Amino acid sequence: MSAAEEVVTEAPAVEAVPKRAMTLGYGTSLAVLAALILIPLFVKNFIIFQMTMLLIYGLAVLALNILTGGSGQFSLGQSAFYAVGAYTSAILMEHAGMNYALTLPIAGLICFGFGFLFGQPALRLSGVYLALATFALATAMPQLLKLGYFEHWTGGVQGLVVTKPDAPFGLPMGQDMWLYYFTLAVSIAIYVASVNLLRSRSGRAFMAIRDNEIAASAMGVDVALYKTLAFGVSAGITGVAGGLGAIAVQFVAPDGYTITLAISLFLGMVVGGVGWLPGSIVGSAFIIFVPNIAESISKGLSGAVFGVLLFLVIFLVPHGARQVAIVAQQLIAKLKKN
Amino acid sequence: MLLTVRIAAISAAIVAVAATSSAALAQKKYDTGASDTEIKIGNIMPYSGPASAYGVIGKTEEAYFRMINDQGGINGRKVNFVSYDDAYSPPKAVEQVRKLVESDEVLAVFNPLGTPSNTAIQKYLNSKKIPQLFVATGATKWNDPKNFPWTIGWQPSYQSEAQIYAKWLMKEKPDAKIAILYQNDDFGKDYLKGTKDGFGAKASSAIIMEESYEVSEPSIDGHIVKIKAANPDVLLIYTTPKFGAQTIKKTAELGWKPLQIITNVSISVGSVMQPAGFDNAQNVLSAAYAKDGSDPQWANDPGMKKWNAFLDKYMPGVDKTDNGVVYGYGAAQTLAKVLEMCGDDLTRANVMKQAASLKDFAPDTLLPGVKINTSATDFAPIAQLQMQRFKGQKWELFGEIISGDVPSE
Repeated sequence: MSAAEEVVTEAPAVEAVPKRAMTLGYGTSLAVLAALILIPLFVKNFIIFQMTMLLIYGLAVLALNILTGGSGQFSLGQSAFYAVGAYTSAILMEHAGMNYALTLPIAGLICFGFGFLFGQPALRLSGVYLALATFALATAMPQLLKLGYFEHWTGGVQGLVVTKPDAPFGLPMGQDMWLYYFTLAVSIAIYVASVNLLRSRSGRAFMAIRDNEIAASAMGVDVALYKTLAFGVSAGITGVAGGLGAIAVQFVAPDGYTITLAISLFLGMVVGGVGWLPGSIVGSAFIIFVPNIAESISKGLSGAVFGVLLFLVIFLVPHGARQVAIVAQQLIAKLKKN
Repeated sequence: MLLTVRIAAISAAIVAVAATSSAALAQKKYDTGASDTEIKIGNIMPYSGPASAYGVIGKTEEAYFRMINDQGGINGRKVNFVSYDDAYSPPKAVEQVRKLVESDEVLAVFNPLGTPSNTAIQKYLNSKKIPQLFVATGATKWNDPKNFPWTIGWQPSYQSEAQIYAKWLMKEKPDAKIAILYQNDDFGKDYLKGTKDGFGAKASSAIIMEESYEVSEPSIDGHIVKIKAANPDVLLIYTTPKFGAQTIKKTAELGWKPLQIITNVSISVGSVMQPAGFDNAQNVLSAAYAKDGSDPQWANDPGMKKWNAFLDKYMPGVDKTDNGVVYGYGAAQTLAKVLEMCGDDLTRANVMKQAASLKDFAPDTLLPGVKINTSATDFAPIAQLQMQRFKGQKWELFGEIISGDVPSE
């Protein structure tokens, strides 16, 4: 069968990452966590807002990382899942008057279903073809959101304005700080769950499929099920990120979820290191802060400057933040020896 | 007795001192972003992304305030114009505006561009009581002083412009069969609504076809062929510049001669009429509120002479046919006027109060007779337009200045 041969001879889409290399060491994790908890106490609200967006995009990059780094499937359609999550949260909050925290699991579930269903036809595609199919999804989404049929709920082109929640139980903190810690809690929960997922039986199945589909099915892995499952999980997490994004930005509109967002997330994943989950937050920082840096260098040529910076990163550290982390680890080990 | 007199004298003196010092304070009042030497104004523009063509507006405004500063500033204070790129993305707009407000600490946010971006930041700015001055979008909703007292528009709203066309058609061509070509987004839909509102009860009988296109389509020739098949005698073209040029060209290629009215957004001689072909564009109608930089009829106009001198000195080499250059100049001049009117009371409340107290202000680049008027209940600064017809290689104004105020909802 030629299709099978193709799969065998085709170079693996994603380089195999051993599962232990997917996480940070215990000490480093705690240090990062401490920084994430403490920094907001000392900075302006605007920085807190940026950090909230950092976590939110970090979640979306993480979701893509599970799909691509974990199960070896490409997606340029994450913006579509992000949009569905954002709109689900916004519509439930503004039209149904639901509590913001409750809308997140619903956004996640709906996106999981959406992603799982999209995963079915995607089974027949791999590599660049799958990337193109998801690309189509991302291009279609903003226009679907503008459709007259849904306008009553989605607000059409005008979008929906979302009310920002206050801190509960009379906690003495501002809206931004509360939302940050809320997002942090959700992010940590999802991060821990993702790490455990990839270490579990299902995670091993994902990676087996990524490394060699035929070998995986020979070992008894239900390839179709696990591939769609990976899509579902990834879409679900992206949906939660989208919901959080809607609450943080206080506004959803079709123009916020174009293909540019999908490409940014993809970029974040590559810069963070494909298959290295902690890299997600580095990738997210790249897509949030580097355009600002580029703009401060030259306003007229910000796009070109961004391109040069991106090129440098890809050229110097092709494996992204993971590579930097490994080099740093080796340096520290060397210093300890001396 | 003596004691009481002395107490009275002392307290009188204290009161007098207090009164003079509070009078002195009343002369100079500042909020964050203003001081004796500087006024900090924030702005967001799409310098990158799908709408980056509008970036020239921000650059013009930046250059305008450079000129103001060279001339000594406003009431002795330099204007520090901080402009960031939002790439036409609402989440980015929120991030950049928060940066302007919380990190750069600007006095007001001026002329942010795009309906989605402005909607995204409106609630935030209003809750922080920071002026969102002269937004660069034609949506009707910015004229809503009751619910959003810190947001004010600038240009005529799309709906009021469309109403003017409807009124004109009802008067001049009462039995017209009308087809509407519109862009499928907020911009096009606002025009559609304004036209229908303008026709009122007659809308369903007068409008025989509504055809929409997506901004991502490379060409709209197919839509024009479809519209021609329905055989209307008036074609309303509610498109952005590129599609406006395509429409005029395609209609001529088909040998079809309906009465065409094109939106004010797409009236640039340099970027719409010329690419469409001057022969094809004869007798196309539109309405305008500002002068066209590439139109020779304004060569000796004092306002446009000032505009030309400004461009030659501060933006050498800029494309003068770009409407964004005219737009940015007019908007910046309006802000300069408001800041001048504020005097030494540079509080956010006073900036907003002065922005809502413009009386018959005429920036250099607006048509003769079009004036900016605002009040506590009218947050739509420019509400007047004049009909114009394309003749030869330029627009010829005709009729009188028409007011198209759309009341806030």
